[in-house]
Amino acid sequence: MATIELIKVEKKFGDLHAVKPMDLTIHDGEFVVLLGPSGCGKTTTLRMISGLEAVTGGQILLNQRDVTWEKPSERDIAFVFQFFALYSHMTARQNIAFPLQAEGEKREVIRQRVEEVSRLLRMEHVLDVRPGQLSGGDQQRVALARALVRRPAAFLMDEPLGALDADFRETMRAEIKRLHIDQHATTVYVTHDQIEAMAMGDRIVVMSDAVVQQVSTPAQVYHDPANLFVARFIGSPGMNLVQGRYAQGALHLADGAAYTVPDEWVPSLNAATGGDGDLILGFRPEAAVVGPESQIPARVYAADLHGGYTMLHLELDPDTIIHARTTREAQYPINTPVRFDLNPSMVRFFDPATEAAISPEVRA
Amino acid sequence: MSNVTLRHITKRFKDVTALDDVSFDIKDGEFFVLLGHTGAGKTTTLRVIAGLERQDAGDVLFDDEAVNTFAPADRDIAFVFQQYSLYPNMTVFDNLAFPLRSPLRKAPAAEIQTRVTEVAEKLRITHLLDRKTAKLSGGEMQRVSIGRAIVRQPRIYLMDEPLSNLDAKLREALRIELQHLQKVEGSTTLFVTHDQIEALTMADRIAVLNAGRIVQIGTPYDIYDRPATTFVAQLVGIPRINLLEATRENGTLYVPDSTVRLAIPPGKALPETFLLGIRPEDVRLASDGPLQGEVALTEPLGVETVIHIRSGKHTLLSIVPGITDLKIGDPIAFDITQDRLHTFDLNGDRVGE
Repeated sequence: MATIELIKVEKKFGDLHAVKPMDLTIHDGEFVVLLGPSGCGKTTTLRMISGLEAVTGGQILLNQRDVTWEKPSERDIAFVFQFFALYSHMTARQNIAFPLQAEGEKREVIRQRVEEVSRLLRMEHVLDVRPGQLSGGDQQRVALARALVRRPAAFLMDEPLGALDADFRETMRAEIKRLHIDQHATTVYVTHDQIEAMAMGDRIVVMSDAVVQQVSTPAQVYHDPANLFVARFIGSPGMNLVQGRYAQGALHLADGAAYTVPDEWVPSLNAATGGDGDLILGFRPEAAVVGPESQIPARVYAADLHGGYTMLHLELDPDTIIHARTTREAQYPINTPVRFDLNPSMVRFFDPATEAAISPEVRA
Repeated sequence: MSNVTLRHITKRFKDVTALDDVSFDIKDGEFFVLLGHTGAGKTTTLRVIAGLERQDAGDVLFDDEAVNTFAPADRDIAFVFQQYSLYPNMTVFDNLAFPLRSPLRKAPAAEIQTRVTEVAEKLRITHLLDRKTAKLSGGEMQRVSIGRAIVRQPRIYLMDEPLSNLDAKLREALRIELQHLQKVEGSTTLFVTHDQIEALTMADRIAVLNAGRIVQIGTPYDIYDRPATTFVAQLVGIPRINLLEATRENGTLYVPDSTVRLAIPPGKALPETFLLGIRPEDVRLASDGPLQGEVALTEPLGVETVIHIRSGKHTLLSIVPGITDLKIGDPIAFDITQDRLHTFDLNGDRVGE
């Protein structure tokens, strides 16, 4: 088992930062997800942890041992890639056994460990099949089994579900999480898919432009995003963000409507704006509640069924469309005028200049 | 715009039957979606309507007139592809104007100016009109492609996965705009996709295609609430529908090796053994619920949490709002919404109506 510490770890290519100096502690048994769009530095970070990529600054500790300059093979870490990288001429069983054979493990031990791990992944029935004959999901199971069989101190996974189709991805997502819960091996998992990150991670490291934007639990990145990037990136659709001018406890929106901010926010918004200034109001689609007596007027831009619920897309002004989640029974023709209110506990505010979230507590 | 009808269309490529007796009817002003996996025959259907492919049997009718012998250019359709096919060295304006300037139409300059300006406003690309398309982002390019299709008023728009190459956020934004635009303009549209969310959210009606055959045609509510087969039931809905083999026993409905035992709703005629489908939102946690299980896994998605409930040898998925405190291994009581059960025979066809 392993604790992984990154201390001021950075990666530069010439003058360009692929990863700006970052600190991160991954606790023993934790499942940490590195999440961000392509080019944000998440894969480079993972490769630095594995030793496949050299750092250009900082230190990496594995169980308090400095491994910054150790080779990948000396780090006791297993890597699972997006592409399965299986040996096509070997059966699944031989593929899984391979790392143990390479280490010169005894035959009986190998047999036992392969059986154990294939039971865990429910793949006993495919052990004698070659990878070419297996479905994408089963191939990825073999790749996982091969990583697991070594019982490494930590797992690093680089978009392992990226090459699977949607159905399999959902199933494998649950299986990998279940596996982690049973095994409790420290895992660092890279993905660009925020749903995967939310569903799987104990904590999520959101990255953008080579910088760590937030390190938090799924609940925190969803409800209390640190900045506008995280607010937009997490959620499907992302957080609704509406520009307005704040004065005297109300936010004045572009089309002349005003939103009275919840009392508990007034002191911190006064402090943030000096009593009068621009703000961005943020709220999740499920925080908007449509009702005849509500505060904020809008027009139905589109309404669509998502199966178990309906999403309303409301136009506040020609440049602003917000999304409101409602029941599937609701029918709203396009261009119907509606009004909505916000669940006060789900309202957030951001500074348009810094893009950072404003804290509801006034700092002394 | 027009009604478009396909009557008993069959199309073979050598030994492979790509389309097998496909019939449907797209009404004037309708947003009609063809949904299916890769290779189901969706694109072939579009190409047959466009005249790019000639069917081996059956008729294509526009406003009740057979167009089987019409060349593509004479069918007056507009096509939007997954890959943007824009002229990179032309400006956005010239790309949009291109269909109007074609030798077939030769619209006057003043009309072109008006139409292009209108379309650019609708698609929010007015600020891009003087740019070369090679310099645009993927989302901007696809807006221009859509603009080039809607700058004319053809008889039907044919759209082949136009949003598939865009990233998730962009796809969602453009989907909503396309939906709005189609409703406001009342344009007849056939939209092809493999993405069930696109189909559910955009369509007036959906035709589900599997291996060259139409499996079901209906509104998004029909398809989601009354799937005709287990294939359709599993194709739409995230997370996927729970599908369990069940038996009939003394007026109850029973899933072997599980705790699921329910009264058979009155008037439901069921075979001895059948498949029971339950949407995850219809598996409701309730402290006084009659069914028992154990939490096997939780997946918080923010707005809701997927709970995997272990019931005997089976696992049922349930969706609950928000983020829960439930822990793995917690005992749990639940209930199943009785009037939303789906039942299929062992061949996968819906039964018990």
